[in-house]
Amino acid sequence: MQSLERALGRERVISTPDELIAYEFDATIERGMPQAVVFPESTEQVAAAVRVAHRAGVPVIPRGAGTGLSGGAVAAAGGVVVALTRMKRVLKIDVVDRVAVVEPGVVNIDLSRAAAPYGLYYAPDPSSQRACTIGGNVAENAGGPHCLAMGTTTNHVLGLELVLADGEVIEVGGHSRDVAGYDLTGAFVGSEGTLAIATKIIVRLSRIPEATRTLLAIFDQIDDASGAVSAIIAAGMVPSALEMMDRNIIRAVEPVLRCGYPLDAEAVLLIEVDGLEEDTVEQAEAIDAICRRHGAREVRLAREAADRELLWAGRKSSISALGRLYPNYYVLDGVVPRTRLPDVLRQVYAVAGRYGLAVANVFHAGDGNLHPNLLFDEREPGVTAKVLDAGAEIMRLCVDAGGSITGEHGVGVEKRDFMAWLFSGDDLYAMSRLKTAFKAGEDFNPCKAFPTHAGCGEVTQAQVRRTAAAIGPDLYV
Amino acid sequence: MPQTADAHGLREDIARCVHCGFCLQACPTYLQLGKETDSPRGRIALIEAMSSGRAAPGAPPLLGHLDLCLQCRACETACPSGVPFGRIMETARGNVMEGAAAPLAWRLRAAALRQVLPHRRRIAAAMALLRGYQRSPLRRVLRRTGVLGRLPRPLRAAEASLPVLPREPFAAPPQPPGLTRTVAMLRGCVMPHLYPRTHDATVRVLNRLGYRVVFPEQEVCCGALSLHAGDRQQARALARRNIDAFLEAEIEAIVVNSAGCGSTMKEYGALLHDDPAYRERAARFAAMTRDVLEFVVAETLPALGEVPVAVTYQDSCHLVHAQKVTQAPRALLRAIPGIELRELAAPDRCCGSAGLYSLVQPAMSARLLADKMDDVRATGANVVATANPGCMMQLEAGLRQRGIEARVVHVIELLDEAMQAAGGAAP
Repeated sequence: MQSLERALGRERVISTPDELIAYEFDATIERGMPQAVVFPESTEQVAAAVRVAHRAGVPVIPRGAGTGLSGGAVAAAGGVVVALTRMKRVLKIDVVDRVAVVEPGVVNIDLSRAAAPYGLYYAPDPSSQRACTIGGNVAENAGGPHCLAMGTTTNHVLGLELVLADGEVIEVGGHSRDVAGYDLTGAFVGSEGTLAIATKIIVRLSRIPEATRTLLAIFDQIDDASGAVSAIIAAGMVPSALEMMDRNIIRAVEPVLRCGYPLDAEAVLLIEVDGLEEDTVEQAEAIDAICRRHGAREVRLAREAADRELLWAGRKSSISALGRLYPNYYVLDGVVPRTRLPDVLRQVYAVAGRYGLAVANVFHAGDGNLHPNLLFDEREPGVTAKVLDAGAEIMRLCVDAGGSITGEHGVGVEKRDFMAWLFSGDDLYAMSRLKTAFKAGEDFNPCKAFPTHAGCGEVTQAQVRRTAAAIGPDLYV
Repeated sequence: MPQTADAHGLREDIARCVHCGFCLQACPTYLQLGKETDSPRGRIALIEAMSSGRAAPGAPPLLGHLDLCLQCRACETACPSGVPFGRIMETARGNVMEGAAAPLAWRLRAAALRQVLPHRRRIAAAMALLRGYQRSPLRRVLRRTGVLGRLPRPLRAAEASLPVLPREPFAAPPQPPGLTRTVAMLRGCVMPHLYPRTHDATVRVLNRLGYRVVFPEQEVCCGALSLHAGDRQQARALARRNIDAFLEAEIEAIVVNSAGCGSTMKEYGALLHDDPAYRERAARFAAMTRDVLEFVVAETLPALGEVPVAVTYQDSCHLVHAQKVTQAPRALLRAIPGIELRELAAPDRCCGSAGLYSLVQPAMSARLLADKMDDVRATGANVVATANPGCMMQLEAGLRQRGIEARVVHVIELLDEAMQAAGGAAP
């Protein structure tokens, strides 16, 4: 600790056990106590902190805003948390090239705000975009409602400055399209802090569309809503967003935000189209018709920007509003082929019902990216184990349906033992070799992404491992 | 004191937090420091640890983080789960104060408040002294000789931030005859001495709207400062006295032009919930309390004259975040001909005043004020309007230090100016 204070200055280090309690968690139910948290303000200071940890042989855990939903920023095996919240400058906005250079602690929405005067924005928009950082988005390859048309974070990152585990600083990618050599930028995005720490990020900016139309379709049957989703996609349309919220989500959100989701509806779809004015009018009309054909009792079109913002405020606050229903949520991030959506959704409710758990579903329907939230009170004895068991079953459902265990939240601590359902030992070994190429040993964000070794002794983890093993033999897809 | 009920309430309030982090970017101290320990989510974790015994309740680093909280409640506005952060912080500070490990500084602060707040005469005497000092050559001498620099920090900060007091404190003005409806108005502790003009404007506006304004003689401090300092017992005692004083009068509403006081008065119901003798009247008192802007915007305004100024509006935290009054001040400003409303970059972010905060946390307060002044300057406005005396004082100090040519007013003063500009006496 003293060497950290020497390297960074006392004001940039927290190491008293009482204060570290504030760094024990992120937005999940995972817990892990670090030995220190550092607050570097430059690439050099990040490198200095990493070098100290490296020499001392203690884990390094990069952290942005700690809004992640897979436990990625939790110090699962102790160590030094490198909080990048003070590196929050937008270094450059190149209007002609439509590129921005940012430090990792820049908050997602602040980048779009900075680019707005030039008619530009940063497209990936996780629900936590008011709080989460670009660095964290890069680590988790974050998605968001508008990734249906725009792609996830990886489609928007062009280059990086990285601090490696031994403190060396390298640059990968650049300002423009560049396919010479290995795509190390691509390899880094989504690596969940296990390879290096990004200290500068070059991202693509997108043009703010000329017109945007937002619709809210209201359904009395959840199956009808799923059917409408499939029909919209089958009609060859690519809305910029296609989101579903079920009854429990509406119950959590509507009483406070008053965004106009009817409390008696079984599900609502939030659908957005953008592009040229005439096109959006046409598309909105077509979508309206499809929804009604599939049983929507009402379809509303947002008239003004304020209405649109309100509809989105509800969607983006959904998971964070669940505290109104239960003290804890366990949010899953399964992906299924869109055609399997109605079927898998029915099974999700069935699994939750079997375990006697409440579940709230909010998800990127257009992507087939489900977010069932199992709701509980962790103070109730035995309930956490039950929740994790149910969660594992739901994950297995997604994998069996030909999908995956994560669409945008990352594997983190939470889902790493499900990786064996998707990848063989050889696959995982091949992936772990990439760590070696980046000189990142076991101490770089340990216990994340890989179904690894003992020593990551979190209670919730042990439970997941047991459940994952019990559910079935490895399945390779 | 029903400690167990409070402990249970605290646990349930904390359980609402799903630690999603949506509050982080709303928190002024987190924005300055980037540390979870100085964020709402982190403070809740620290409070939870103290209340469950995981961390020592009196641990100095933890209390420092509680102390650095402005209690501006911006996190409540940002929180989709409705975590009552203000109540959590008040309960936590209260538990520390009532426990064995209460730090000396906290005890002294609470004791000092106890000596002053219940006694309007003592406040008046202190203000008279201050008025004399400000107008005497002594101040200049002290400044020149550097004696001021050797004062304890809170005193130095207070000396620098206090505006020059007007010659005469507020006195209830004669009101036009024939007014058929009656409201009571809270005068407050310092406002009659610092901003008598705001009170005068408030009374004139209410008169024009047809209300006679009464000032209950037995009024005391609203209790906000005690409550924020963790002295719930004192806050309750003050609340009881105000309830007795105000509910005796035949009034339609209790009007307040200090957002901080109004916020606490609206919470009297919760504060005295466990007091069977006062519970009902406390709830009635709370339901009758209205911020003056909220009260006025619901009335039919007479014709307004022109007030040709460029105004920027700083939301007072306890109006926007605690009372959720956002639109009323803006609607009133827009209703006044000639006013051009220029929004600040972050109008609902605390200016660093926060009750006693600018005195006990001068460094953080100054950082917040500096950012606020950058924002004010960027608007180019020549009037900064707000809704609370603390904010007015802080903003005035900021403009003075930075040499920005603008005046600070309470929104109600602009409305009064507009009414006067329209001509015609009060009915």
